Amino acid sequence: MSNRLINWFRFSSPHNFYPLAGKMIPVFWMLTALFGVAGLWMGFFVAPTDAQQGEGYRIIFIHVPASWMSMVIYMAMAAWAAVGLSLNARLSSMMAQALAPTGALMAFLSLWTGAFWGKPMWGTWWVWDARITSELILFFLYLGFMALQASIDDPRRADKAGAVLALVGAVNVPIIYYSVVWWNTLHQGSSINLTKSSMAVTMMWGMLLMALCLWMYSIAVALTRVRAIILEREAHTDWVKQLKEIKA
Amino acid sequence: MNAMGAIIRRDLLMVMRRKSEVLTALFFFVIVSSLFPLGIGPEPALLRKIAPGVLWVGALLASMLGLQRMFAADHADGTLEQMVISPTPLVLLVFGKIVAHWLVSGLPLVLIAPVLGMQFDLDVSALGVLMLALLLGTPLLSLIGAIGAALTLGVRGGGVLLSLLVLPLYIPALIFGAGAVQAHISGLGADGHLSLLAAILALAAFFAPWAATAALRIALE
Amino acid sequence: MIWNSASDFFAMGGYGLYVWGSFGICAVAFLAEPLLIRMRHREIVRTLRRQAAAEKLELENK
Repeated sequence: MSNRLINWFRFSSPHNFYPLAGKMIPVFWMLTALFGVAGLWMGFFVAPTDAQQGEGYRIIFIHVPASWMSMVIYMAMAAWAAVGLSLNARLSSMMAQALAPTGALMAFLSLWTGAFWGKPMWGTWWVWDARITSELILFFLYLGFMALQASIDDPRRADKAGAVLALVGAVNVPIIYYSVVWWNTLHQGSSINLTKSSMAVTMMWGMLLMALCLWMYSIAVALTRVRAIILEREAHTDWVKQLKEIKA
Repeated sequence: MNAMGAIIRRDLLMVMRRKSEVLTALFFFVIVSSLFPLGIGPEPALLRKIAPGVLWVGALLASMLGLQRMFAADHADGTLEQMVISPTPLVLLVFGKIVAHWLVSGLPLVLIAPVLGMQFDLDVSALGVLMLALLLGTPLLSLIGAIGAALTLGVRGGGVLLSLLVLPLYIPALIFGAGAVQAHISGLGADGHLSLLAAILALAAFFAPWAATAALRIALE
Repeated sequence: MIWNSASDFFAMGGYGLYVWGSFGICAVAFLAEPLLIRMRHREIVRTLRRQAAAEKLELENK
C-alpha cells in the first residue's frame, strides 16, 4: 500500500532531488522551445501591425513576459526562502539561491527592453513611469539579496539572512509599487500608457505564450543552477563522492 | 518596559560620551543639502522646487550613516549576547535600540531641517510640513534600517552592503515624505501623503522590530 | 503572412534597431545564462574529481 503512495518529502533531501532535477530539466527545455516557437510565431507572424505604434510595439512580446517573470520569480524565491527558514530545509534555501540570478536577469531585461521601447515611442531612453520605476527597485532588491548571500560565509546563516531580507522585500513590493504609482500620477502630466486598454486577441496570446516560454525557461535554468549549488554545498557528503561524474 | 528604558538611557549615555556621532550625521545633512544648490544654481524658484527632494535624500543618507553602529558596538563587546539571553524579550530591547538610534540620528535632523529649508527659500508653512513629514519619516528610517543593520552584523563590506539593502526599502518613505511638502507647496494639501506616511510608520513600528530581532538571532547563531 | 519580404521583416517598419535590439539582448542573455551555469557545474565537478583522486592517493599511500 505504502509503495503506491509517493512520499514527496523524500525529494526534500538534496541527495534525492539531484537526480530528479536532472531528469526534469530536459522536459522544461522542450516546453521552453515549444512555447517559444508558438509565442514568437504569434508575435511576429500573426499579430497585426499596431495602429499607433507600427511594428515597434512587438517589443511587448518580450518586455511584458520578462516583467511578469521578474515578479513571479521574486515571489517564488521569497516563498522558497521562507520554507527554508521555517522548516530549516537546506534544499529550499538552495532553490531560493538558484532563482535569484534568473530573476535579476529578467528584471534587467525588462528594463532594457522597456528602454528600447520607450526611445522610439516617447523619445527618451528612460521613462519614469510607475511600472518601470518599480521594476528598477525590484532589480535593486534582487541585487541586495544576492549581495547579502555572497558576503556571508556561513551558508546556513546566508540562507536565513537572505530569507528575512526576501520576505521583508516581498512585503514591501506592493507598498513600493503603490507609492511609485502615487508618485507618478501626481508628477506626470501626460499619462504614458505602456499597455493598451484594448488589445487584439492575437497580441494577448502572443504575450501569454511568451510568458509561458520564459516561465519554463526559468524553471529549467533554476533546476540546472540548483544542481550546481547542491554539489558545491554538499561536497563533503558520501553520496556526492559516490556520484558517477565524480568518482575517480 | 523598564529594560527598554534602560537600553535607551544607556545608548544615549554612550553617545553623549562621543558626541561626534550625533554631530557627524547632522553635519552630513547640512553639508549635503548645501551641495545641491552649489551644483545646480542659486535661482530661488528652482531651489524651492527641488527642496523637498533634496532635504529628504539628505536626511535619508544622514540617518543611514549611524545604522551600522546600532548593533556593532554591542556585538563587539559581548553586550548583545547578554541581551539575547536576558529575561526581557529581545524584541523590546531591539525596539529600545531603535528608539535610541532615532533620538541620535533622526530627531536632530527634524530640528535642523527648518534652517536648511530656509536656505531653499521655503515659506514657514512649508517648513512646518517638512518638519512634520520628517518627524514621521525618520523613525521609519530607523525601523527599517535596524533590519538591515541586524542582517549585515559582522559581515564584510557591511556599510556599503547595508546601504544597498536598505535604500530600496526607504523609497516609499521618501516618496510620501517629500511628496507631502511638494503637495503643500503646490496647494494640494499634504494630508494624503502624511496620512499614508503615518500608516506606513504604524505598520513598520509593529513589524520591523520583529524582523530585526529575527535577523539578530540569525546573525548571532 | 503579414510581411511582404524578408527585408521588410528585418526592417520592422523602421523600428528594426529597437525590436531586434530588444530581442537580441534577450537571446544573448538566454544563451549565456545556461552556458555560465554549465561552466559552474563543470568547475565544481572538476574540483570534486581532483579531491576524490587526492583522497584515493592518500588512502593508497597509508
